[in-house]
Amino acid sequence: MADVATAPMDRTDQAWFADQITALLPDLYGAAVRLCRDRTEGEDLVAEAVAKAWEGLPSLRTRNAFRGWVFRILTNTYISQYRSSRTHGDIESLDADDDAFSLFEQLHQPILLWWGNPEQDFLNRLLRDELVQAIDRLPDCLRTVVILIDVQALSYREAATALDVPVGTVRSRLARARSRLQKALWENAHDAGITTGPAPSRREEEGPDDGD
Amino acid sequence: MTGTEITSCTEALRLLAAYLDTELEEHEHGEMERHLQRCRSCYSRAEFEAHLKASIAELAHEPVPPRLSARVHTLIREFTVAGDR
Repeated sequence: MADVATAPMDRTDQAWFADQITALLPDLYGAAVRLCRDRTEGEDLVAEAVAKAWEGLPSLRTRNAFRGWVFRILTNTYISQYRSSRTHGDIESLDADDDAFSLFEQLHQPILLWWGNPEQDFLNRLLRDELVQAIDRLPDCLRTVVILIDVQALSYREAATALDVPVGTVRSRLARARSRLQKALWENAHDAGITTGPAPSRREEEGPDDGD
Repeated sequence: MTGTEITSCTEALRLLAAYLDTELEEHEHGEMERHLQRCRSCYSRAEFEAHLKASIAELAHEPVPPRLSARVHTLIREFTVAGDR
């Protein structure tokens, strides 16, 4: 469909919008649940985002960009209306090595390799609930980036636009988020007796804010 | 980078996340693929990270509660009615 910037909407637009939203609803709801960490709040967030998307549709310049655009609305709605009511810090203080933890390096050690393929064994045992819990424990600023890029497959640029931060900030937050995530999964695996060797030092889940 | 061959694993690992996210320039992407074909260690790391990323991506879809579907479709119908007035 052609650009519709500032054009009045007609029944064709309305039908197109309904089709797009219906197709995206499982993804929008999936992102909303991960963002809110709560299914009921996730439903409210999706409904609010859909209403805002409809109101803003005349300003959407290229309909091919609808997916990224509607996720931006969802994220912005979450940030402005939901996150502000929470106690989680925006940017946590992070250890110097916070973006350097590698689960692969922990698993790919000679003592573990004696027993087969520890990396594959780990992935085979990894449960959806463990991943969800590890993502849910990330602070908002890191969790949001993981949700947009790893869960919803937005590009760095799309995520930067959605979060209104530079692409470089997205990169650094993503590296920190993945490191945190892998560290949490390693701790879980260690606690469950799946791995051997020392667990990484644990840190407080939430801390004071700092910059990127 | 300007077409320089990736010769060190340190450089390959530095670019690995962007490679898996398909965020590298075309020439860098090709260089990474050539490095991964040659380097078993980096290939194993890339394979592990790719599988982990795929596991996270599987969280993308949530079964939509019928209540939410109905709510959204009601909203859209209301937009349509309002637009017809």
